[in-house]
Amino acid sequence: MRKIWLNPGFWLVLAIVVALGAWPIFQQDAAARETGFTVLLAIVMASSLNIVMGYTGYVSFGHVVFYGIGGYIGMYFIDSLGLPLPVAVLFGGLSSALLAFLLGKAILRLRGAYFALATIGVNEAARTFVANFQPFGAATGIELQFSVYKAYGGALQALWLVYYGVVGIAIFSVIFSYYIKTSKFGLGLMTIREDEDAAEVIGIVTPNAKTWAYVLSAILPGMLGVLFFFKNGNVEPGDAFRLGFSIESLVMIMLGGQGTVLGPVLGALGYQRLRGTLLTSDLMIGSLPLKDFQLVISGFLMLLIILFIPSGLVGWLRQRFATLRRVLA
Amino acid sequence: MTLILQVQAVTKRFGGLQALTKVTFDLAQGQVLGLIGPNGAGKTTLFNVINGVYTPEEGRILFLGKDVTGKKSYELAKMGMARTHQIVRPLKELTVRENVIVGACYGHENHDLISAAKIADEVLSFVGISARADQLAGSLNVAQKKRLEMARALAARPKLLLLDEVLAGLTPSEIDGMVKTVLSIRDQGVSIVMIEHVMKAIMNVSDRLFVLDYGQQIAEGGPEEVVHNPKVIEAYLGDPQMAQKLMEEG
Amino acid sequence: MNFSNLLTSLVDGLLIGVVYGIAAMGLNLIWGVMRVINLAHGVIIALGMFGVYLFFSTLGLNPYLALLLVAVLGLLLGVLIYFIVIARVINAPYLSTLLATFSINMIILGLGTAAFTTTPRDSGFSLGNVDLGPLTLQGTRLVAALVTILVTGALYYFLYRTRPGKYIRAVANNRAAAELMGIPSDRILALSFGIGTMLAAIAGGLIATFFSFTILSGDIYQQKSFVIGVLGGLGNPLGALLGGLILGVLEGILPLAMPNTWVPVIEFLLFIIILLVKPSGLLGGRQ
Repeated sequence: MRKIWLNPGFWLVLAIVVALGAWPIFQQDAAARETGFTVLLAIVMASSLNIVMGYTGYVSFGHVVFYGIGGYIGMYFIDSLGLPLPVAVLFGGLSSALLAFLLGKAILRLRGAYFALATIGVNEAARTFVANFQPFGAATGIELQFSVYKAYGGALQALWLVYYGVVGIAIFSVIFSYYIKTSKFGLGLMTIREDEDAAEVIGIVTPNAKTWAYVLSAILPGMLGVLFFFKNGNVEPGDAFRLGFSIESLVMIMLGGQGTVLGPVLGALGYQRLRGTLLTSDLMIGSLPLKDFQLVISGFLMLLIILFIPSGLVGWLRQRFATLRRVLA
Repeated sequence: MTLILQVQAVTKRFGGLQALTKVTFDLAQGQVLGLIGPNGAGKTTLFNVINGVYTPEEGRILFLGKDVTGKKSYELAKMGMARTHQIVRPLKELTVRENVIVGACYGHENHDLISAAKIADEVLSFVGISARADQLAGSLNVAQKKRLEMARALAARPKLLLLDEVLAGLTPSEIDGMVKTVLSIRDQGVSIVMIEHVMKAIMNVSDRLFVLDYGQQIAEGGPEEVVHNPKVIEAYLGDPQMAQKLMEEG
Repeated sequence: MNFSNLLTSLVDGLLIGVVYGIAAMGLNLIWGVMRVINLAHGVIIALGMFGVYLFFSTLGLNPYLALLLVAVLGLLLGVLIYFIVIARVINAPYLSTLLATFSINMIILGLGTAAFTTTPRDSGFSLGNVDLGPLTLQGTRLVAALVTILVTGALYYFLYRTRPGKYIRAVANNRAAAELMGIPSDRILALSFGIGTMLAAIAGGLIATFFSFTILSGDIYQQKSFVIGVLGGLGNPLGALLGGLILGVLEGILPLAMPNTWVPVIEFLLFIIILLVKPSGLLGGRQ
């Protein structure tokens, strides 16, 4: 176990995220910034879900719940209590962590597909509950007054401010992901992934380790939720708890390679670029525009990956070229 | 003489099946107890009960003089118990060294990664698979996996080691090597309970033998005494090959 | 609230519940036989809806005749999906099967959206109302429930009285042992998957006779299938009918006591609680 800063793999993944984040800032271009938002959000969601799915081996379809709950709590604090954004972001992260702790105690006892099913239930229960919950605006959600942005130098300034926040969280997320992977705690998680019963016999306190993995994976999505809904000016149950978003995060991890640090980053980047390209393409298939087939093409690609390279891009490279193991973390 | 493990009238049922009936034995510090019996006698179940995988319906288990009945496997590991599995359970996607580091990290000595890595290298050379340290555990052959399983348990520097058929499936020369390894573990002061079918080996290694049949203990004592016990021979008659072996080797 | 209202809600709930029940039965059969959670279940339900709708509105076929065609097509589609995709991942970690079926879902959903858009459709089919004492029931719902019971009976007969059905149960019980006995497990698995998707298509076709829908509607019914499946015991096809009845009753009765929008909250909480407390379902034995 070498020191993090001596490992080229760490610098590679960090450099990719820093470059992605910095590009729109140098360009000072709104379109580049919006692309940056989408890609960085995807990176954080995939990297954090990877702690539970890739390191620990628990497939969650409910990762977006942490994004949604964090976002709602943060928006509530800003809208109803008038708290400043950074405090709201902090509370968003903390409340997601708390939710993960309580949920983890309950549903992490389930294994395999039963856990996966339970997380779908949690996602839907959260969405339908919030849609009825009056303090959070029930079905219509929470909408911010335009005047809120004045405190941050106007809407435009606020957008850039949020962007810096997102870049910071994205950079932190890969450092965090790398740190966990190379720590003793991370080794314990990977032992659970490989064989949970053996892990208990070896002496890993599996209920605690799993719960902490779940909590650690929940914090950053919770913080991001606040930033994104603040940027949008409103939050609704359908956006906050979109099951498809959780599944997209799973797909990104699969694309890049689960259990690796670089995989979710590359997977998120690749998936979002592909989606962006398809959605803005002018090509026509017969009388229909290509963008109508975005879902079909994404589904087809994903199927090919699952059938033929289930370990993802990074996993495949690592298997194929053993020397790359040192570089591709 | 201090007792490291005391199993007192332990009974375990699965539905209507009585897997263990009032099993009782003691193990003294630094001794090797051989646990034998026909297939399905309840040997592995007994390990699972001692090890906290199952909770017995009746009876008590004392480890280091403390009642540990119903404690979880990881609590027992933290107290200094380690085991190997009959069907090896390598952590396939981790390297051999990482497999052993896990053992050292999460055992009762609770090492950090750096000191665990040192212990792992020592243990790997002790069991003779140092050359494989950087390979993925899934790529090892059966004999190497058995050694890895043993190394992972040893890396915890246990006070009590439960070995479940570490010799099964090995060639005669591999068995000799493994027997030497077990003896040198005992010489380091580790107490061992060992399930084994290879009679010659277990007779050489064990201080005492304990025989289970249909979940009942049918004999206990020195190796020579036990294999000539008529009840033991009768139990094995259900398994003619085994009985034959007993006759020849005893 | 008067007694007749309560009774109507209750019976309406029961009638719809059994239809949900056969969708869940398909999901449960697939899980029970091959330990695959089919995330393309919902979209196949939606295809069933479109099948009946299109045969009826463009060819003027009687919806129940159309249902027969839809059932056959559903079976074939399932067998096809099995051989192209599922057979390749059936022994892989469960994540692979989850994501593989989800990608099938994406592909069908994408094609369906391109072909049908997401404008709501309504078959406009009606059998009038049936008056039974204090009750007034929609004819289509009544027939749908009857069809469901027939299909369940047929499935039961198939699984317990015919050779392929017994093979399916043998493979569900222990695939390796069944293979050793000479049962062609690949074909049996394909058949099971086909029957599972057939049941989904039938459920969709029946729902299309009384509810409006879009290609996206399948999602809601897939989630109901999960809830029902867990209520009745995952892997227990016949338990699904009971699960469907329970869900139907809840959906019939709960809106009388609380706003409609709270009903799914209760359903999903129930789902999680049963998974935690008794994952083998209300009818199931020890876990």
